[in-house]
Amino acid sequence: MLEAPRVPASPHPMVPQPWCVRRSWWETEDTFSFSMEPHHGSPTFQFSPGQFNMLYVFGVGEIPISISGDQAKGETLVHTVRAVGATTRAIGSLQPGAQLGVRGPFGSSWPVRQAMGKDLVIVAGGIGLAPLRPVVYEVLASRPKFGRVCLLYGTRTPDDILYTKELQKWSKGADLQTLVTVDRAGQDWTGNVGVVTTLIAKAEFDPDHASAMVCGPEVMMRFTIRELEKLGMRSDNIHISMERNMKCAVGFCGHCQFGPTFICKDGPIFRYDRIRHLLAIREM
Amino acid sequence: METLERIVADHSFARGLNARHLELLAGCASNVRFAANQVAFREGEEANEFYLIREGKMAVELHAPERGSINILTVGEGEVLGWSWLIPPYRWSFDARAIEPTRAVALNGKCLREKSERDSELGYQLHKRIAQIMEERLQATRLQLLNLYEIHA
Repeated sequence: MLEAPRVPASPHPMVPQPWCVRRSWWETEDTFSFSMEPHHGSPTFQFSPGQFNMLYVFGVGEIPISISGDQAKGETLVHTVRAVGATTRAIGSLQPGAQLGVRGPFGSSWPVRQAMGKDLVIVAGGIGLAPLRPVVYEVLASRPKFGRVCLLYGTRTPDDILYTKELQKWSKGADLQTLVTVDRAGQDWTGNVGVVTTLIAKAEFDPDHASAMVCGPEVMMRFTIRELEKLGMRSDNIHISMERNMKCAVGFCGHCQFGPTFICKDGPIFRYDRIRHLLAIREM
Repeated sequence: METLERIVADHSFARGLNARHLELLAGCASNVRFAANQVAFREGEEANEFYLIREGKMAVELHAPERGSINILTVGEGEVLGWSWLIPPYRWSFDARAIEPTRAVALNGKCLREKSERDSELGYQLHKRIAQIMEERLQATRLQLLNLYEIHA
């Protein structure tokens, strides 16, 4: 079972609440993170790893963005955004103090509590690391409750690696086996080169007694699952994060309908065995 | 002291081989070390060996004019470097360079080819293992070619 979605903090889920940008910083050439705090009088909220907010740049547009920060870090909310369209670029240009409309948090979350007592494999591709970072924070905060934990992360080039300092810190510690690979690199890169699936053989976990959380492009997730299943991991121990065009975030509009489910309210995190049949339907 | 036969037997490449085949493999094996940045082989050279990596990391590279050496793949502990020794004309298609100090078992391909001609069961076991590696690398290369992390409009 997935962890129950928390109730959105807004009095009405369709009404954005004003939040203020505190600061923003570039993670890579095209991806930035920013922190926000509630505008005076706006309610703050708790979230679970994997949930997302609808962020509204007034006069520009509203988009769903996963929360990438640490729940334990008080009243600021952190999101990581790839600047690829009008709204994401507009968010990137907001200065400290600028207002943003926030609806959320929405959606299902990674089953962190259910993973306790077992090994955990976290597999991220590209910006898919952002919705998984809160999982890492929660795991590290309750580390003794988990078995072996590995974070496998693949991205395009060394310049596209997110959260570089944290990855370096995690890879030096004993709490988390952190493996990073890139699809292509120059001679100055001394890390792994190859797709993220090549890291699975290097990860230390017991497939019979482990959970997996996978987030990235759909093709990457499919091949990752194939490798995990080759090792004997059961499909009900694998969770993935799905992405479709979400608009209302509460299952009214139908933009993100995925067979009988809505990604916004039934997902974005799904247990793999429950949607594997839908992934095989090409028209969806 | 660890014998070469034991070292070969402990590598994932040799998993499932019987004692006779392990002995045949070890008879063509030698220990090698590469310092960081040392080149193991270059494109076009005769490919008479392949490597079972024990520790460290090697890069498979392709040199392109005006772009220098492009790192296509890294091969680390428990993995295998090289299959050109098995396929005529037995010449390397890429360069290989250690990107950190690396220990490996070098297997003499010429020696193994001769033994495989006399012992088809050994030849089958070797081909089966190399085919598996080829399939994994082909799949990985296809995914790399998809450039999955680009935004596709």
